[in-house]
Amino acid sequence: MTTGYKAASVQFQGVTKAFGSVVAVRDISFTIEAGSLVTLLGPSGCGKTTTLRLIAGLEMPTSGRILIGDRDVTKLPATDRDVSMVFQSYALFPHMTVLENVAYGLRVSGMAKPEAHAKAEDELALVRLEGFGERLPSELSGGQQQRVAVARALILEPQVLLFDEPLSNLDAKLRRRMREEIHDLQRKLGLTSVYVTHDQEEALAVSDRIIVMNNAVVAQEGSPHELYESPVNVFVADFIGDANLVKAEIKSVNGEIAVVRIGSIERRLPHRGLSPGEVDVAIRPVSIILSNDTSVEGMEGSVLKSTYLGNHIEYTVDSPLGELFVIDYRVDAPLPRGATVSIDLAERGITLVVDES
Amino acid sequence: MNKTVALWLAVGWAGYAVLPWYAIDDGFFGFAWFDGFPTNIDSAPAILQVMDHGRAWLLPIGLALVAPLAVLWRGGAKPWAATVLMTAGGLGLAYIVAQGFAIGLGGWEFGFIESAFGELGDRQFGMGYGALLVIGAFLFFLTQGLAKRGVINGDAFVVGSIGLVIALIAAFIVFPVASILISAFQDNDENFAPALFFIKLFSRDIWGTDCLTSTLTCGIAWNSLLMATLVGASTTVLGLAFALIATRTGFRAKKILRVLTVLPIVTPPFVIGLAVILLFGRAGSVNTFLEWAFAIEPTRWIYGLPGIWLAQMLAFTPIAFLVLIGVVEGISPSMEEAALTLRADNWRTFTTVSLPLMRPGLANAFLLGFIESLADFGNPLVLGGEFDVLSTSIFFAIVGAQVDQGRAAVLAFVLLAFTLSAFYAQRRWLGRKSYATITGKGDAGLHVRLPKRLTRTIYATALPWAALTAVIYCMIMFGGFVETWGFDHSFTLRHYTEAFSITTGLHGLVWSGAAWNSFWTTLEIAAISAPLTAGIGLLAAYILVRQRFVGKDAFEFGTMLSFAIPGTVIGIGYILAFNVPPIEITGTGIILVVCFVFRNMPVGVRAGIAAMSQIDKSLDEASLTLGATSFATLRKVVMPLLRPAIVAALVFGFVRAMTAISAVIFLVSANYDMATSYILGRVENADYGLAIAYSSVLILVMLAAIILIQGAVGTRRLSRRDTQQFGLEGGAA
Ligand SMILES: Nc1ncnc2c1ncn2[C@@H]1O[C@H](COP(=O)(O)OP(=O)(O)O)[C@@H](O)[C@H]1O
Ligand SMILES: [Mg+2]
Repeated sequence: MTTGYKAASVQFQGVTKAFGSVVAVRDISFTIEAGSLVTLLGPSGCGKTTTLRLIAGLEMPTSGRILIGDRDVTKLPATDRDVSMVFQSYALFPHMTVLENVAYGLRVSGMAKPEAHAKAEDELALVRLEGFGERLPSELSGGQQQRVAVARALILEPQVLLFDEPLSNLDAKLRRRMREEIHDLQRKLGLTSVYVTHDQEEALAVSDRIIVMNNAVVAQEGSPHELYESPVNVFVADFIGDANLVKAEIKSVNGEIAVVRIGSIERRLPHRGLSPGEVDVAIRPVSIILSNDTSVEGMEGSVLKSTYLGNHIEYTVDSPLGELFVIDYRVDAPLPRGATVSIDLAERGITLVVDES
Repeated sequence: MNKTVALWLAVGWAGYAVLPWYAIDDGFFGFAWFDGFPTNIDSAPAILQVMDHGRAWLLPIGLALVAPLAVLWRGGAKPWAATVLMTAGGLGLAYIVAQGFAIGLGGWEFGFIESAFGELGDRQFGMGYGALLVIGAFLFFLTQGLAKRGVINGDAFVVGSIGLVIALIAAFIVFPVASILISAFQDNDENFAPALFFIKLFSRDIWGTDCLTSTLTCGIAWNSLLMATLVGASTTVLGLAFALIATRTGFRAKKILRVLTVLPIVTPPFVIGLAVILLFGRAGSVNTFLEWAFAIEPTRWIYGLPGIWLAQMLAFTPIAFLVLIGVVEGISPSMEEAALTLRADNWRTFTTVSLPLMRPGLANAFLLGFIESLADFGNPLVLGGEFDVLSTSIFFAIVGAQVDQGRAAVLAFVLLAFTLSAFYAQRRWLGRKSYATITGKGDAGLHVRLPKRLTRTIYATALPWAALTAVIYCMIMFGGFVETWGFDHSFTLRHYTEAFSITTGLHGLVWSGAAWNSFWTTLEIAAISAPLTAGIGLLAAYILVRQRFVGKDAFEFGTMLSFAIPGTVIGIGYILAFNVPPIEITGTGIILVVCFVFRNMPVGVRAGIAAMSQIDKSLDEASLTLGATSFATLRKVVMPLLRPAIVAALVFGFVRAMTAISAVIFLVSANYDMATSYILGRVENADYGLAIAYSSVLILVMLAAIILIQGAVGTRRLSRRDTQQFGLEGGAA
């Protein structure tokens, strides 16, 4: 990770934003390091866009402080912040050409037209759109419009670059390619970037760190690996990579390791500060292993539903632990509906859940 | 930020120490006041009024202008800077207004101040440009201070704009309307007399119901209500018929239909009344023909309700049409198709789906027709006969044989109550359901064909009507070339030469025609007020669509209020409010400009709101995050996208200024006569030829102006395929 010379950190200190009686963001604090790409991830309506707009200065916090670099920008309007944003709808000015769009930020800050246009040409080259300068935004495809929006935001070499669900208007294939491009560009230029998405796969793919939000608060913050391997609560476990939540019992704790009894199966898991007794565990769908050989030791269940999806099969299984959602990559021997199966658990992909919220 | 403070400080000091404080009698731009300036008491700036002429009450204004110097001196970033600016601006503003109202032409205006301070022994006139600049400076100190406090994200431009619009609305809409209310509760010597108000309010000639039981006429309030209801209902029905023909049938001459609907908008309403007289009057073509062919005795049936009704229908049906065509087009075909797939036939689909979805449009069209009819002044004046209505009665209470200002105010009060109730009722009626039919998604469906019997009915209603409109316009175009209508139909250019002759005199060309004076005044006033109307209207729209702030609902009500106020009411309100200090502008051109700007602003606001709601807010935000100020954003991003709305507002502002009569009739003066009031004067003298000739010239000028405006503002280009043409459609809706 290189760090661009202007890239700055972003810090929220107890920031709350209320619209009348609706609290969109409640007392959140986090720090985004200079030069890193951090994703705000969460379901629709949880306050991601509001958080982003607070960084941009398009909303003013109801309470709390916001710092960019070392500077307190809490009261600073958008115009005066060194932050650019790529909008969900791209927000390209429809009456200006692509070149005029990209040069806009330089022009309004007083740069002469020839110079601004020359720089804009360079910026277009960076997003591989040489020669498209004279077109109108309406004459570009969705992916090209997306790249113009990125170029327009990049040209000011902002301290922080913001993306609000930048890929949500693209089809699945293009989405994957664009996300790689954005990621590469961000690394190359060493920009501090904040990226909003509700798509956990996208978040896992591009982020240095992820801030998971739920109901206007931060649910958990960490690297993709941390979030997947040790979610702090059910919500995070379920939102990132799906999870089955089942009741279990900690038999004993020994050093870092707890012996946990899940149904009739025992597993040794990191105890995460819990003491013996009733607990919840989150089990990834791929960590449940079904077999139609009922003679093996384990729990017994029956297949309620099975959905064939090409490279894997999704099962819903009735078991002593409750209904389980299972993903199985062995597609050559599908289990029929109603089949009696034995259920085993893998060694990985099982986590004790710390809090219930 | 400090540059702005410095600028307004300079403006404020220029107003206080350099320019004449009071209004100059012969007009500021005559510059006759240079003579004797600055020591002459009439033209002295405020600072000398204090020092040389003992008008000590102007001193505190100067002190309030000193305070912001501290901000300039010590830098504006300090927290106290905001407080200083707010205090200086707010107190300064309040003090100027207070002293303006407290000291008038006769010294102290209020008895209780006089008894507290004793006789003043001095007086003051209306405020002039000096005062105007100082007021501007105080206003922007106040808004700058508020912005520094973080109001509206600390955006000084937006806070300033809001402050400006509020101040203008307060001065030129709220204040005149309040003057009427106050005047209604006073006797004609300005004593508080509530009992008199109730006597006047419930008088028999307003509310009498004699026409139900005898041959006497009913009260003028009932007359007005009856007329407005009839006109509102019939223009809505006709407008719907035209809208259906234009959008849902294969009718071939749709272009002509369009022209017929645009023409009445550029026609002063009473000109239609005039043409109706030429057609149906005692000596009109129809009567002449009937007498000649069947020896039927000519009658005066057209004078009274039938004539007004006919003329207003001709004049206001296009408005209903323009409202309804948008609504009819906006109904999503898929809703109608859904009804069809649910086994409804064409007729049931129309009555159970399409028609109910048009309800807001129908209500709007009715409301507009109702209000336009109540407010219309020219047609009842020309065609009324014995049938008195509120708008004309107000006029005669002011200029008639027995001047009764109190009665005028009471009548204005009744009229205002009617229009505001109509607005309120419409809100209530539409409030509960959602009628959103335009989804923003491309809708590929086709509109359902109209049921046969309905098609036949609308053709049978609309086409004869269109023919009548065409005939009326032929009368207007040709009437000016006829010697004396009804008696001598020989061709003549006499009326045109009388009105518009140009002769060569000693010093070159002489505009010797009788109409030139009012013609140039009208053009000048219209040309000045149109851009102001558009500017303030669109600025208010920008604030309403794009900004969130406390009191926004009240702000919107204020901007739309003047729309619900009939012109006659505004006219009398302006006379009552602006005939005496502190704002003394009757008899000037300024009062005409101000009147047009604030009467027509609501259309600019509506056009702006409609257009701006279609521009995604993220465009503004993208511009802001790229470092543009909100003013630069307005100029570079919003304005270019608003071109159609700008054209609409300019055209409307211009056309309305040229065709208006109801408010104008109170406000014209010898120096500033307007075309419409001149023409109306001719009509009252039965000089129809010249009136018609002048009217047709006006219509042509307005059509030319519309084309000019469209050319000048240009169109917006969003993709190379569509260069959209916007014109009147947006204009009158
Ligand atoms: N301008 C606003 N006025 C009122 N409520 C708002 C506004 N903007 C967002 N909200 C509310 O705040 C919450 C969070 O919205 P948002 O930040 O847009 O969510 P997300 O981007 O995560 O989907 C939602 O409940 C939304 O309705
Ligand atoms: Mg969002």
